[in-house]
Amino acid sequence: MEDFYRELIIERYKSPHYRGELNPNDISYEDDNPSCGDHIQIDVRLDEKGIVTEALFSGEGCAISQASADLLLESIIGKSVDEIKEISKEDILENLGIELGPVRLKCALLPLKVLKAGIYGIGDSDGSE
Amino acid sequence: MAAKLATGYDVNKVRKDFPVLTREIHPGVALTYLDSAATSQKPNSVIEAMTAYYQDTNANIHRGIHKLAEEATYAYENARERIAAFVNAPSTEELIFTRNTTESINLVAHSWGRTFLKADDLILLTEMEHHSNLVPWQILANELNLELDFIPITPEGLLDLDVYHDLLKREPKLVGITHMSNVLGTVNPLEKILQDAKSAGAVTLVDGAQSVPHFRVDLSNLAADFYAFSSHKMCGPTGIGALFGRKELLEKMPPFLGGGEMIKRVELHSFKTADLPHKFEAGTPAIAEAVGFGAAVDYLSNLGMDQIERHERSLTGYAIEKLTQISDLHILGPDIEEKGGVVSFFIEDIHAHDVAQILDSKGIAVRAGHHCAQPLHTKYNLPATSRASLYLYNTREEVDRLVDGIQKVKEIFA
Repeated sequence: MEDFYRELIIERYKSPHYRGELNPNDISYEDDNPSCGDHIQIDVRLDEKGIVTEALFSGEGCAISQASADLLLESIIGKSVDEIKEISKEDILENLGIELGPVRLKCALLPLKVLKAGIYGIGDSDGSE
Repeated sequence: MAAKLATGYDVNKVRKDFPVLTREIHPGVALTYLDSAATSQKPNSVIEAMTAYYQDTNANIHRGIHKLAEEATYAYENARERIAAFVNAPSTEELIFTRNTTESINLVAHSWGRTFLKADDLILLTEMEHHSNLVPWQILANELNLELDFIPITPEGLLDLDVYHDLLKREPKLVGITHMSNVLGTVNPLEKILQDAKSAGAVTLVDGAQSVPHFRVDLSNLAADFYAFSSHKMCGPTGIGALFGRKELLEKMPPFLGGGEMIKRVELHSFKTADLPHKFEAGTPAIAEAVGFGAAVDYLSNLGMDQIERHERSLTGYAIEKLTQISDLHILGPDIEEKGGVVSFFIEDIHAHDVAQILDSKGIAVRAGHHCAQPLHTKYNLPATSRASLYLYNTREEVDRLVDGIQKVKEIFA
């Protein structure tokens, strides 16, 4: 269990580096995990080339979902929207450094789901997808 | 302690009836099952009754003339009689087998609701309802343009009866209420609540999913027109539950599902419904499950519902006493006098999922989330809570293990 709740996860849960909201923003999306009531909102700012300059998350959730969000946002600063689309479940698990069962996997993957939904939403609205 | 033993309830002997309780859940870690409000464990007598039914009897019921069919029909109908007697229903024909509490309430909403309600009618529920006694009425309200309103909860976790009496002046057509909250543990004082609803002209429905397993419910002396409960929370199998309904109402209601079993005669363009209770039991029912459900009420009756209630009350008091001593831990719901064996809690700055995950590593099964009562969590402004629910097989040692486990959670998050 001490392995599961690695120091990194507890530390990011208690003192996240990327917590907050961005207003205005270029991408903002939120979603829930109905099985546990986790709620995550992610706000992203892009530069004119579509590169992420800032990203923050808000909402409520367990240590896994919150740490996952924090590590995910850290990993996307300086990345393009197309590069973010390539981020996989495996990348998230590698960031967290733990094995997860099916229930907790949803917690870990909620931030990625929210981020991608936001990105594809942007694509839809300006007709580039 | 000696006084407790003098009640004659030997929990260690009871535990031997439940094979899963001996399981080593992780290597070297015993199971501490504190999730019975979600579903209870099953005693050997229930498992064996169902196995014996399949090994010796299995046949479809009612129309068969052969010996197996007669035996299966007897087993099914005899289970119904024992379950009806267990809740002291005025008659066996008022006890309908359904899939569970949820299906029972959907049956009422669909069949009674669609026939007897019209636009702008008021349905009165409570803020502590489980989704099963909320969503069926929301669906119906959308369809028929009904009004829904809710008896609020006081800060102590009780129904606000002053507001209730004001709401009754608006002449609700239905008052739907849980007997015991699956989150707060509140046992609602239904005798008066239901009588007042009847005096105001309402039909009454009770969600008994959490009550029937834990204390004596007497339907001959309760003003409930409908009363729903599930087998699986009371030592019986999943897949079967019951709806008690007053005969006068059931007779006026159209069938819920159509098919075999619920008919007396069928022609190409018409059918005549079967008598109660079969009118509401379309298709081949869950026969083995009915047999298991019957064995479950036998098991509970043999232990004695009063003994079970006393054991759980003592254990719940002990759990509250111990958990209250943990700093930053808050328990939801009323004091022990008005509370059943459900202890929902949250720990400041630690999410319920993390609590449950760490407890699981100690073999302790609790539930984390909103327990299918999301509006209630919204009211308390909680994302999720952890819930330890106690039943007839739980012990003080298990409560101690829970307390130790929570201390471990706090260490990890310190």
